[in-house]
Amino acid sequence: MPESATHPVINSLELVGRSTVKLIEEAGYYSALLVESLFWILAGPFIKRPVRISSIFSQMMTMGIAACPIVFVLSFSIGVMLAIQMIYNLKTFGAESQVVVGVALSVTREFGPLITGILIAGRTGSSLAAKIGTMQVNQEIDALRVMGINPVRYLVAPALFAMMIMVPVLTFFSDLAGLLGGAVYTSIEIGLSFDAYIDRTVSALAVADVMQGIFKSLLFALIITLVGVSNGFSVTGGAEGVGKATTRSVVLSISYIVIADMIFTYFLNL
Amino acid sequence: MMANNNSAAIEVIDLVTHYGPREILHGINLTINEGEIMIIMGGSGSGKSTLLRYLLGLGIPTSGSINLLGKDITKISNTEMHQLRQNMGVAFQGGALLSSMSIGENVQLPLREHTHLDEKTMEIMARMKLEVVNLGGFEKLMPAELSGGMIKRAAVARAIVMDPKLMFFDEPSAGLDPVVSAELDELILNLRDAMKMTIVVVTHELESAFKIADRITVLDQGNILMTDTVENIKNSDNERIQSLLNRRPSNDEVQADEYLNRLTGV
Repeated sequence: MPESATHPVINSLELVGRSTVKLIEEAGYYSALLVESLFWILAGPFIKRPVRISSIFSQMMTMGIAACPIVFVLSFSIGVMLAIQMIYNLKTFGAESQVVVGVALSVTREFGPLITGILIAGRTGSSLAAKIGTMQVNQEIDALRVMGINPVRYLVAPALFAMMIMVPVLTFFSDLAGLLGGAVYTSIEIGLSFDAYIDRTVSALAVADVMQGIFKSLLFALIITLVGVSNGFSVTGGAEGVGKATTRSVVLSISYIVIADMIFTYFLNL
Repeated sequence: MMANNNSAAIEVIDLVTHYGPREILHGINLTINEGEIMIIMGGSGSGKSTLLRYLLGLGIPTSGSINLLGKDITKISNTEMHQLRQNMGVAFQGGALLSSMSIGENVQLPLREHTHLDEKTMEIMARMKLEVVNLGGFEKLMPAELSGGMIKRAAVARAIVMDPKLMFFDEPSAGLDPVVSAELDELILNLRDAMKMTIVVVTHELESAFKIADRITVLDQGNILMTDTVENIKNSDNERIQSLLNRRPSNDEVQADEYLNRLTGV
C-alpha cells in the first residue's frame, strides 16, 4: 500500500469526503420521501389511493393530544425560569416590570417552538423510527409492498400530515403555557396582577412574533418526521439495529432542529 | 396431483443480481408451470432468498427478465405492477403480520386496499379464509397472542384473501414442530389442488420439500445446479446436490480459502 494512502491528513480528508457524500445522500432521501408523501397526500384521492384519514386522526391523537400534558409542564416551567432570570437581571436597572415583554417575546419567538420541537423529536421521532424499524426487521414493510400497498402512502404520509398539523398546534399551546408560567411567577414575585400581565403581553406581542414560532414549528415537524421515518426504513440487523436507528433519529432530529432554529432565527430577524 | 398444463406462470431469464459490488445470482433461468409447486432449495448463502425477493418484485435486477403471468416485472409500469400484485400472495418466514392490527384486520387489509367491498363482506371473506387455515374464530386476537404456527397460517390466510394465481412461501416450516409443519404442507397441497394456484416454496427442509414438490430447483452459490422432479433430484449424481440431501459438507466447502472468499466476496 502506498505511504500516502495511510497518511493522517489523507485519512481525515477521506473521512470528511465520505461523511459529506453520506449527508448529501441522506438529504436526497429526505427530499424523495417528502415529495412522495406530498404526492400521496395531494394526488392520492384522485387516483383512488388516498392517504388513510383514520390513520391521520389516530396519529394526531397519539402525537399531539397525548403530548399536551408534558408540553404544558415543560413550557410552564420554561416560562417560570425565564421570569426568574429576567426579573433577577432587570432588578439591576429597576425595570422588573419589563419582564412581561421579555417573557412574551422569548416564549413565542424562541422557546415555545424549540421546546416543543425537542420534546416531539424525543417522543414522536423516536417512536416513528422504532415502529418503522421494527416493521422493517419483521418484513412487514416487504409484506406491504407485495400486497400492493405503498409504504410511504401507508406509513409516512399520514404521519407527516398529522405532524404538520399537530406540531404547530402544540407550539401555540406551549406558547400559552409558557406565558402562563411567566404570569404566575411574576404575580407572586413582583405583585403584578394577572390581568395587567395579560394586557401588557397582548400589547407587547405582534402577530408576526407568534407566526415566527409557528413557521419554525412547521419546519421542525418536517425534520422530525423525515429523520424518524428514514432512519426506520434504513434499519438492518434486528433489534440492535432498531435501537441504533431510534437513538440516531433522536440525536439527528434535535441537532437539525437546533441548527435550523439558529439559521431561521437569523434570517427572520434581519 | 399436479395440475400442470405446461403453460409458464413464472419465467426467469438470465437473471443477474448484485448486492453492492458482489454478484449474487449469476444468470438464473427458470420456468415454473401453471398449477405447479416448485421448491427452491439450497444451503445458506445459495441465493434462494435473493431469488425470491426478485420474484416478488422487491428489487431491480442488474440484467435479465422475470415474467409473472406473462408480464415482465422488470419493465412494466407501477400501475401494471400494482394490478399484478393483486394476483400474488406471499407468506413470509415470520408471518410479517402487522402487529398493530388484529388477525381479522390483517386478513382484510388487501381487500380494503384493492376492493370497494363493504365492511360486512370483508369481515365474512376474512373469516372464510381464516377457516381455510383452521383459524376460524381467531379474528379478534392480535398477532402477539398467537403461536408461531398460527401466525404462519394467519399469514397464509392474508396471502390468499384475494384468491391470487401465484403464491410464494418463504421457509414455511422453519421453527415449527413436525406436526404443525405437516399441517402446513397439507395446506400448501390444498391450495394447489383446490384453488389451482402456482406455488413457489423456498425452503431447506428436505422432508417437507419432498412431500409437496412437483419439481425442485437446487441453487448453489447463485447458480442453478438442477431443476427436476423429486425422484430425479434424489437420484442425481451431482456431488453438491448429494451433500445437500445428505446434510454433509462437500469437499470444497470445508476449504478455508473458499470459505474466506465467500465471506469477503473476492
